[in-house]
Amino acid sequence: MSVATGAAGMRAAESVWPQLEQLLPQVSKPIQYVGGELGAVVKDWDAATVRWALMYPDAYEVGLPNQGVQILYEVLNEFPDVLAERTYAVWPDLEKLMRAHGVPQFTLEAHRPVGAFDVFGVSFATELGYTNLLTAIDLAGIPLIAAERTDADPVVVAGGHAAFNPEPIADFIDAAVLGDGEEAVLEITEIVRQWKLEGCPGGRDELLLRLARTESVYVPRFYDVDYLPDGRIQRVVPNRADVPFRVHKRTTMDLDAWPYPKKPIVPLAETVHERYAVEIFRGCTRGCRFCQAGMITRPVRERSITTVGQMVRDGLEYSGFHEVGLLSLSSADHSEIGDICSGLAQQYEGTNVSLSLPSTRVDAFNIELAQELSRNGRRTGLTFAPEGGSERIRKVINKMVSEEDLIRTVVTAYTNGWRQVKLYFMCGLPTETDDDVLQIARMAHEVIKAGRAATGSKDIRCTVSIGGFVPKPHTPFQWASMERPEVIDNRLKLLKQAINSDKSLGRAIGFRYHDGEPSLIEGLLSRGDRRVGAVIRRVWEQGGRFDGWSEHFSYQRWVEAAAEVLPQFGVDLDWFTTRERDELEVLPWDHLDSGLDKDWLWQDWQDALSEYEQDDCRWTPCFDCGVCPSMDTQIQIGPTGKKLLPLTPVNPGLRAPARA
Amino acid sequence: MQRIRIRYAKRGPLRFTSHRDFARAFERALRRAGVPIAFSQGFTPHPKISYASAAPTGVASEAEYLEIGLQATVDPGQLRAALDAALSPGLDVLDAVEAAGGSLADRIEASHWRIELPQVESDVLRAAVKAFEAAPEVLVERLTKQGRRTFDARAAVARIDVVEAAEPSTAAADAPSDERPSGVPAAPCAILDLVVRQVTPSVRPDDVLAGLRVVADLEPPVPPRATRLAQGTLTPQGEIVDPLEADRPEAPIGER
Ligand code: B12
Ligand code: SF4
Repeated sequence: MSVATGAAGMRAAESVWPQLEQLLPQVSKPIQYVGGELGAVVKDWDAATVRWALMYPDAYEVGLPNQGVQILYEVLNEFPDVLAERTYAVWPDLEKLMRAHGVPQFTLEAHRPVGAFDVFGVSFATELGYTNLLTAIDLAGIPLIAAERTDADPVVVAGGHAAFNPEPIADFIDAAVLGDGEEAVLEITEIVRQWKLEGCPGGRDELLLRLARTESVYVPRFYDVDYLPDGRIQRVVPNRADVPFRVHKRTTMDLDAWPYPKKPIVPLAETVHERYAVEIFRGCTRGCRFCQAGMITRPVRERSITTVGQMVRDGLEYSGFHEVGLLSLSSADHSEIGDICSGLAQQYEGTNVSLSLPSTRVDAFNIELAQELSRNGRRTGLTFAPEGGSERIRKVINKMVSEEDLIRTVVTAYTNGWRQVKLYFMCGLPTETDDDVLQIARMAHEVIKAGRAATGSKDIRCTVSIGGFVPKPHTPFQWASMERPEVIDNRLKLLKQAINSDKSLGRAIGFRYHDGEPSLIEGLLSRGDRRVGAVIRRVWEQGGRFDGWSEHFSYQRWVEAAAEVLPQFGVDLDWFTTRERDELEVLPWDHLDSGLDKDWLWQDWQDALSEYEQDDCRWTPCFDCGVCPSMDTQIQIGPTGKKLLPLTPVNPGLRAPARA
Repeated sequence: MQRIRIRYAKRGPLRFTSHRDFARAFERALRRAGVPIAFSQGFTPHPKISYASAAPTGVASEAEYLEIGLQATVDPGQLRAALDAALSPGLDVLDAVEAAGGSLADRIEASHWRIELPQVESDVLRAAVKAFEAAPEVLVERLTKQGRRTFDARAAVARIDVVEAAEPSTAAADAPSDERPSGVPAAPCAILDLVVRQVTPSVRPDDVLAGLRVVADLEPPVPPRATRLAQGTLTPQGEIVDPLEADRPEAPIGER
């Protein structure tokens, strides 16, 4: 914090490029560490009052496409006295060199040391980034343990979906923000700004206190966790008078007022998604019981067709991308998705711009959309997510799809020229038996049979892709027990045999799966409490990095660390994962308010067990999940009745875009 | 179809872009700048771009060349400015001329390189260069896609000299290196000046440095920094001629 520490702080913000430059020829894909992308903003350090380093704690190729970081980056940099730069996880080859040469974690824009910033904001879409958080904090020269930090260290703030239960990383972060970040980062900025302008009264403690008093920034150190003799939590209570008992999530209403990203960052390095992505809505009330994202982002807030059209137009012109992604949790559910797709397809007909829509809904409408989207020639794969193999298990998870619907939809796809469809499933769901999973094989066989009959061709395929179920906080399954990895792996083996039991059909079916072990660790991290922090630290010390990558993830390391660390608390890995919780147990995140009423969640869990389905509140009456009244929000959906007009080329001929 | 030939540079930090990275950025720049690029026929049409050269990742260049085909005629000067503005600073479009025929690739016979070796004394480098020049053949190894290959790095070298570094001004040496003009390194820093003929397998700056290691145990303590200064046809006098010269309207007819 340069203002607080004067000249010393200024020096600390000097570019590390001269040292870094000498390391880059020795690492793989050096371009990912260089910055210089279109859309990147380099600002004068001294002219800024509040300085943010934003991180997606995974490799650049995965982190860059994340919208969350890009949005917050742009929102922050629009203020003249605010500076935001980005940093991503460095691969072990560079980490080793950085340690050997004393080069700290740096930002891409101006290669400044992360330790020199005021706020270090880290975005967690998944818990698998926790070990990378520790690497970054440590490489930055920031004490790992938040309590040991001084006024000169940045305030480490976690955000993103995993921040809805930040307890496992409570020791390492100073604060967490639940929910949408657009307004939250501005509020935090204003508090830091004021505090610095006042001369940093009361130091770090006072700053954190001011953040905590907003009731929407969670500062773990201001809360004590008491445990019962059997290891369960007794209660979580504030340890000082002036912080709230519960911390509430943030909800950005009216997405049309926040049309970001306007100037997306265009990577030079290759990344997993090279496209202009626009969120067409936030939230989802389909009510799939395993889906944390759907539960914690309620209610549904649509961006209007007009704003989507404008954003696509500006975003493409700015970036030069030729692919558009229409993002959301269930894009086909936008009230005007048909008009959006046909409007955009028409506007970009004859250009090489292609549209994509992460489609998961199983109905014929999706195929109409897909056809609209492939007007420009490119035919992207079709993906459907029935998630469960048997009708029964689909009722448990509230995925309201019948097998007839699925088969009809897939056959329509085949008859419309698609040769390949992907089907997504989960394994290890609550109440699941071997038979539920074996039904997947039967379903896949039916799909191929029906497809062959309808097309008269043997040249059709489907891929069954199956992932492990992980119970998540703030979902009806937060009480559920996880299945042991051996059981999962055995079910997957049986499934594979069943698929191949018919040679002819089996040949047309691809099978992709993740084995059970990584899911168990994800389960530990997602429903863990503060005691799990010691496991994360131990794994990290033993070399754990990039846990989202199978080639880096080591189950053994996690199991050993858990066995070393947890017994002192009277609990173990199983206690956190395969144990079912009961209604009255205090969950580690009960003091963190996602708006969902815990009684409603429990009722929905009971409904799941009795295979009772829950409708969607967009087209049936409100079912009182609790979010809207407690967060003072409401559903915002169309239709607006507006249409996208054909684009008239404004200025054909060359243009020299302003250099960003 | 109008064909335009372009010279571009890869400078400073952006010298770490690989050829594929540049190609993606260039295609996006064509769209940003509204260039009426022509597409190949076929099921998946590709923009008509052909690259005459690709400096290795991590190597800077002042002279890379490519050719594009257009559906509509544009002014090369305006095209240069528009494309330059559409690319990140550090990927700079330096020149654009309308193709007058012939093949660009055929005009690339040799490259002129400058290699800075920080923390190496000029005398040490001079001795190594002498040994290199004296050797009839310098076998070096490189890992290629086909596996490990051994080849001669000596024969393709048309000229190899150690140049005296201009006395670096203190101000420039203290500035962060990306602001420092690339010709002014912090001392001590030996500088190698190299002309290498285009052969197969191509001999790159790395290979010559490997050769210096072979003949004289020269181990630079920090990674050297190479820049391609020019490439083109090689005159009998050892000069390199910009391959775009022959396309310029004012060029003497005989050279077209
Ligand atoms: C694009 C995408 C990817 C891409 C790119 C990476 C990425 N995460 O963006 C790829 C394909 C690589 C990917 C991979 C994975 N993904 Co993904 N992905 C998405 C997707 C479709 C969009 C993400 C996005 O940009 N969202 C929009 C932005 C605006 O939302 P946001 O990031 O949450 O940010 C907002 C807030 O959270 C907050 N915020 C975020 N960060 C911060 C930080 C601070 C400091 C603050 C204050 C606030 C804040 O502010 C933002 C603006 O309001 C989402 C679904 C969705 N619609 O969100 C899934 C999603 C995030 N992915 C998910 C998962 C599970 C994964 C994988 C683990 C899958 C796997 N098993 O491999 C991997 C993990 C990747 C990794 N190692 O990080 C889940 C997360 C589950 C959950 N907890 O809810 C989601 C929600 C999909 C789902 N429906 O289940 N993913
Ligand atoms: S409170 Fe009612 S309307 Fe709002 S998200 Fe929940 S069920 Fe839907």
